[in-house]
Amino acid sequence: MLVQKRDIEYLKNQARILRIEILKMLTEAGSGHTGGSLSAADIVAALYFYKLRYKPEDPQWPERDRFVLSKGHAAPLLYAVLAISGYFDKSLLRTLRKLGSPLQGHPCSKMLPGVEVSTGSLGQGLSVANGIAMGLKLQGLNSRVYCLLGDGELQEGQVWEAAMTASHYKSDNLCAIVDLNGLQIDGPISSVKNIEPVDKKFQSFGWNTIEIDGHDMAQIVDALDRAEELKGAPTVILARTIKGKGVSIFEGKVKYHGIAPTPEELEIALKELSDGTGN
Amino acid sequence: MEQAIKSFCGLEAATRDAYGETLFRLGQENRDIVVLDADLSSSTKTSKFAKAFPDRFFNMGVSEQDMMATAAGLSLTGKIPFASTFAIFATGRAWEQIRQSIVYSHLNVKIVATHGGITVGEDGASHQAIEDIALMRVIPEMTVIVPADAYETELVIEEIVKFYGPVYVRLGRAKVKPVMPEDYRFQIGKAYAFRLGNDVNIIACGVMVKEALDAAEILKAKGIDTGVINMSTIKPLDEKMLLEAARAKLIVTAEEHSIIGGLGGAVSEYISSIRPRPILRIGIKDTFGCSGSSQELMRFFGLTSDQIASDIMKKWSELATKGAKPL
Repeated sequence: MLVQKRDIEYLKNQARILRIEILKMLTEAGSGHTGGSLSAADIVAALYFYKLRYKPEDPQWPERDRFVLSKGHAAPLLYAVLAISGYFDKSLLRTLRKLGSPLQGHPCSKMLPGVEVSTGSLGQGLSVANGIAMGLKLQGLNSRVYCLLGDGELQEGQVWEAAMTASHYKSDNLCAIVDLNGLQIDGPISSVKNIEPVDKKFQSFGWNTIEIDGHDMAQIVDALDRAEELKGAPTVILARTIKGKGVSIFEGKVKYHGIAPTPEELEIALKELSDGTGN
Repeated sequence: MEQAIKSFCGLEAATRDAYGETLFRLGQENRDIVVLDADLSSSTKTSKFAKAFPDRFFNMGVSEQDMMATAAGLSLTGKIPFASTFAIFATGRAWEQIRQSIVYSHLNVKIVATHGGITVGEDGASHQAIEDIALMRVIPEMTVIVPADAYETELVIEEIVKFYGPVYVRLGRAKVKPVMPEDYRFQIGKAYAFRLGNDVNIIACGVMVKEALDAAEILKAKGIDTGVINMSTIKPLDEKMLLEAARAKLIVTAEEHSIIGGLGGAVSEYISSIRPRPILRIGIKDTFGCSGSSQELMRFFGLTSDQIASDIMKKWSELATKGAKPL
């Protein structure tokens, strides 16, 4: 099992490395989802390098914590974190979306170790995550389940079926995290179909809510710790984020939802993400 | 604790009743079995399991999509989830959840739906699944089973617990007469031939097996040598048995389902790839169901043994005039 430590600077650097890997693999693939992979990079770095208990050498370790990427289009982020955590060789990242690669356009659990749930069709991950949470309780295990959702995804009715179920069955070993980057394919969520007030919606479904800046590593880490302490009901962390975060030319731009950077854009991005030592 | 019925062999009962009893019985032995229902446990008969093992029963309320994906999650912790509701809601409402969250990952979830077909009766078309076999069969890696009677249902439920992988089982609401013999053993992918005919072979599933057997008697009296096969596993199809069956001059399929995409579709797809043979598909002829008693509806849709026999005789005489020859 990895030794996790609360080291904010270390976690920020891990998030930076994730962003670099995401952009490199997307550029190589020539297609994929840039904006929503970058917006959740800090959250996922905190999960994999601080919070989750797992053994990359034993992906099916029964006592591991589970991560469900309900917003499956952020697959590059998941692949980057799994590679850096040691589930598979980093060179595999260059095969994203290519014929024969286990790095499918959207995650497939049968093909790649570390992928807990096959996702890509929005709105289903929270139900699966809650099913895992219920199963873990039946097994008498203390493992926790984390489920990352997109904000556009909250327009799916099944999310609210699952929200109702998780609170009915008091799944306090379940923590949902919503990447509230404010944008969906057709434009700002507020103009396509408003989802606010998200906090009141979850509260009325019986959930604990914690609202944070999803790019403030200390806030993310605190929220994950706090969620673990809250008993009797599931908790959702509402993380306000910026789509395309980390690269100025992608930040807040709707069009980078579903397109990959060009080699020129990658060059700009890598300069911005550089730590000044050429890494 | 309540006792489970030991065996449905020879009993006239609804397949859903056999399911409820068998689930309850297996639940006593196998602690990994968990059951989910969507507010229909008294109709799907999962209620007996629910009462006996409340910690392993999850009522999901009227949320079929959430139910299927939750079952997927439970299977990921080593449980064997049985998810039940009416066939139309299981396969129609939650089709994509079954595809994405269960079958694509080849998870060990058993979808056992009741109220398949028009024998649902009075509730009418909204509650009568005539497309479910087609909807489940088209998903890669899915196993699709339609038991013929209560006894076969019991054997199917026992067998799918031992089998790892996603399975769809279609059951009915109405009572069905026993057809499977005492020494019958169900195997996934293995059809059962009551007998093979030289002239006609009727390949049937579900409630239509009984009708096919009765129709075969009528045809025999008319001098048409007719065989009957219970093709209870629709996917994977027993191709070896179909190869045998296709020696007859006329192949007939009989199902309480649309003639599009179900058993008739599956058999036609296979037979057409091996030899030219006329295939008569008996089923719901591309139309919705409607209200009525189950017996009335069987007749209304032309699914009773005498109607089947008459359809087959008509087709048989057409072929005779065209001079069809056995291969």
